[in-house]
Amino acid sequence: MRQGLIFVCLTTLALSATGPVFAEPTQADIDRGKELAFSRTDGNCLACHQMDDGKLTGNIGPELVGMKSRFPDREILFKRIWDETQFNPVTVMPPFGRHMILSEQEINRIMDYLYTL
Amino acid sequence: MLKAKVILVAIGVALAVPQVQAGSTPEEDRKETVEYFKQMFPDVAIEEFVNGQYALDEDRRKQWASMQDFPPYEFAVAEGKVMFETPFANGKTYASCFANNGIGIRQNYPYFDTVKNEVITLELAINRCREANGEPPLGWKKGPIASISAYMASTSQGKPFDIKVPDDAEAQVAYQDGKEFYYSRRGQLNFSCASCHVQNPGKWIRADLLSPTLGQPANFPVHRSKWGELGTLHRRFAGCNNNVRAEPLPAQSEEYRNLEYFLTYMSNGLPVVGPATRP
Repeated sequence: MRQGLIFVCLTTLALSATGPVFAEPTQADIDRGKELAFSRTDGNCLACHQMDDGKLTGNIGPELVGMKSRFPDREILFKRIWDETQFNPVTVMPPFGRHMILSEQEINRIMDYLYTL
Repeated sequence: MLKAKVILVAIGVALAVPQVQAGSTPEEDRKETVEYFKQMFPDVAIEEFVNGQYALDEDRRKQWASMQDFPPYEFAVAEGKVMFETPFANGKTYASCFANNGIGIRQNYPYFDTVKNEVITLELAINRCREANGEPPLGWKKGPIASISAYMASTSQGKPFDIKVPDDAEAQVAYQDGKEFYYSRRGQLNFSCASCHVQNPGKWIRADLLSPTLGQPANFPVHRSKWGELGTLHRRFAGCNNNVRAEPLPAQSEEYRNLEYFLTYMSNGLPVVGPATRP
């Protein structure tokens, strides 16, 4: 019983250490995120979304504003960028993670930036 | 509104299970498509859809109108006429290969050849005509073939498209293949043709205005500012495939010919306006 409890504690400790640790993003993270979001060969978010000071933006998707209130759960936003077709099968948003357009790390940087909008 | 919803649901299903598209007739598909775009753009006259983005955006239309005094394809059409009328080495001309000597027939292409069991596009017919007369085939996407095709289209301006899908199993399959291609997602960006041209026409993707399915092939071959010259429909197909980061198929491949067959059938009744200009 006691050993079991210790095991549970250790497991919890291990999980919390390897789980999705989220540290406050640095300004460098945010800047990198904006760069990835605006770049045509990476996120190219402006193709469809109005956001921030982006020029000549598309209007297929919704404007990216108030992201904190719209996506209070960071994990959900990550999943939607990873593969929006899981949430809306007829979406035209590319499955950025599933199709390896962006890496997990790159999506995280973009989210650091998006949460400043 | 209901119809539009039905189509969108159908698209959703089609994307997941493309084979469920089988069943409805080409004519039912076309009528549904016309109805769908009428509801999406109630202020646009149906024959205006052949003008693509110029039917949907006033600013773009003004820019377009100002280009009409000196259309950039004029020289190519004149060149195409000369090539069309110049005899091959054996003394025959292109006219010998076509109904009505090749004049005013653009609206009947592509058609399904029930003997060869394949879709014949105008460009394919041009090159087969050359080969039948001992001449080497032309490149498919631009240059002389686009000029000849543009001249032939120019003699057909205003004639309504009249594409037929005969009561023939192979022809039905070709049509269905083209339709399935149009609605299937492809490429790293995971777009189908329909993602942009059924779901989002009239919207902007970056600085480009998306055109509707209806009327799309009617203005080809087309002079794009981006190209600085005329190009064929299959050149555009390949460009779209590239844009979504999909491997483009060869011009005049069976897949692209079937796609052209489906797409042009959707524009039945609309006038030939090619050659035309696009950004």
